[in-house]
Amino acid sequence: MIGRAWFRALLGATLALALAFLALPIVAIFTHTAPGELMDRLGDPVATDALRLSLETTSIAMAVIVMLGTPAAYFLATRSFGGRALVVTLVELPLVLPPAVAGIGLLAAVGPHGIVGGALRATHIQLVLQTAGVVVALVFVAAPFYLRQAQASFEAIDPSLSEAARSLGSSEAGAFARVIVPVASPGLAAGLALAWGRALGEFGATLMFAGSFRGVTQTVPLAIYDRFATDFPAALALSAILVAVSAGLLLAIKVVPGEAWIRRAAR
Amino acid sequence: MRLAPAAGALALLVAATGCGGKDTGASHSHRERPDLTVAAASSLQMPLAAYGQQFASARVRYSFAGSDQLAAQIERGVRPDVFASANTKLPDLLFAKGLVSKPVAFAANRLVVAVPARWAAVKAVRDLERADVTIAIGSAAVPIGAYTRQVLGRLPARRRARILANVRSEEPDVNGVVGKLMQGAVDAGFTYATDVSATRGALKQIPLPESLQPIVAYSAAVTRGAAHPALARAFIRGLLTGTGRRYLLSAGFLPPLAR
Repeated sequence: MIGRAWFRALLGATLALALAFLALPIVAIFTHTAPGELMDRLGDPVATDALRLSLETTSIAMAVIVMLGTPAAYFLATRSFGGRALVVTLVELPLVLPPAVAGIGLLAAVGPHGIVGGALRATHIQLVLQTAGVVVALVFVAAPFYLRQAQASFEAIDPSLSEAARSLGSSEAGAFARVIVPVASPGLAAGLALAWGRALGEFGATLMFAGSFRGVTQTVPLAIYDRFATDFPAALALSAILVAVSAGLLLAIKVVPGEAWIRRAAR
Repeated sequence: MRLAPAAGALALLVAATGCGGKDTGASHSHRERPDLTVAAASSLQMPLAAYGQQFASARVRYSFAGSDQLAAQIERGVRPDVFASANTKLPDLLFAKGLVSKPVAFAANRLVVAVPARWAAVKAVRDLERADVTIAIGSAAVPIGAYTRQVLGRLPARRRARILANVRSEEPDVNGVVGKLMQGAVDAGFTYATDVSATRGALKQIPLPESLQPIVAYSAAVTRGAAHPALARAFIRGLLTGTGRRYLLSAGFLPPLAR
């Protein structure tokens, strides 16, 4: 009995310590900014430009990630092939790369002097210092968050479900669209929210690859960095908004899916 | 009941961070080669890194960034031993707030238009106004960006507007501008003359006419509450007369202007 109480206290204490450490900077951001001031700062055109750009670029990046990532993750989850471990590692690699490496890598690959830079120039596609470049950087750093989670969600589905659908006359594509994806959707949504959060916070790769220009490539994190030196309250206010949006995303996937998704899937 | 451990842990954390802050002041104890922290402008990276290796009385730890970022950190309570800025404005501002000792000017530099050496879409300052040219500059907050705006401010409004319309990126420090040029992302950028020589021929400079040239003066100060104020003063002295000055001059920096 005493042993159990001791262990419980230890678990509680570690959780409390972790919570205090993780929450303190976030609490500090909000205690520095009064809600009224926060709304005032939203009227600042530089802040609104950055917010609009962040929402646009992350939305496009998420659309690309979901459209390409969902079938790709299903392939990884359901097929065995030679070099599968290598492929999965490659997919996961951007997760552990520092953003500076991602930026250098993108420049070396699709920058003006990059290995396919010449081919891109020939087709008049320019990514560096363009809004499209921001999207490319976001897809690169955020895609693994979705792919990993989507793969795990597909792997967790009982294979008999797909077989049942096919025995009822569905093609594999039909079973995928009508049965597998709906059943996996809570997991897919969780992966999407993580990827979206990562994309909203992207800084280093964007700065190196896409630069920083108001309304074109200056996303919220870049605007925060730009403001830090000259206007700390404005940097805090933008940070508070980013925290609120990210928290909203994470919370939404815990509240919204679950039963609603499952029910729709079961229909 | 449930909250008790959380509150305890929070108190512990606050106590721990509090102690950490005080400790830095009292860490003279280990005598040989203490760590000297120097917060310095990005453009000083080459000569100061070399000088730091030769600085016998301390191990020099650098933090290179835009001077404005470093100054903002000092205002937020970060305490390097030395602050070396690419202008005199930021150290003077911190001095007025009592955060650093009286700053001393230790070097000067020149602003140039930097272009890639391999291809030159821009051959003269006037070319910056052509519609097909792309340019990178520093953001308004960082000294390189402020000097650039000074230069542009001396041009007639129409010429200035044409150049500004070609700007594709406003970088947080001069290394960002150099990086965009080295990658061929832009045709031209405003940098210091020393940044161009540091690329060993990858970039070349187009000098600005004297009438456009701003005064680029570097100044340094000892931070109030520095862990090693005596060493910090010795470090700055070396920039004015000793090894540091030699490295600065050989990197292309100019002697400080008489104020």
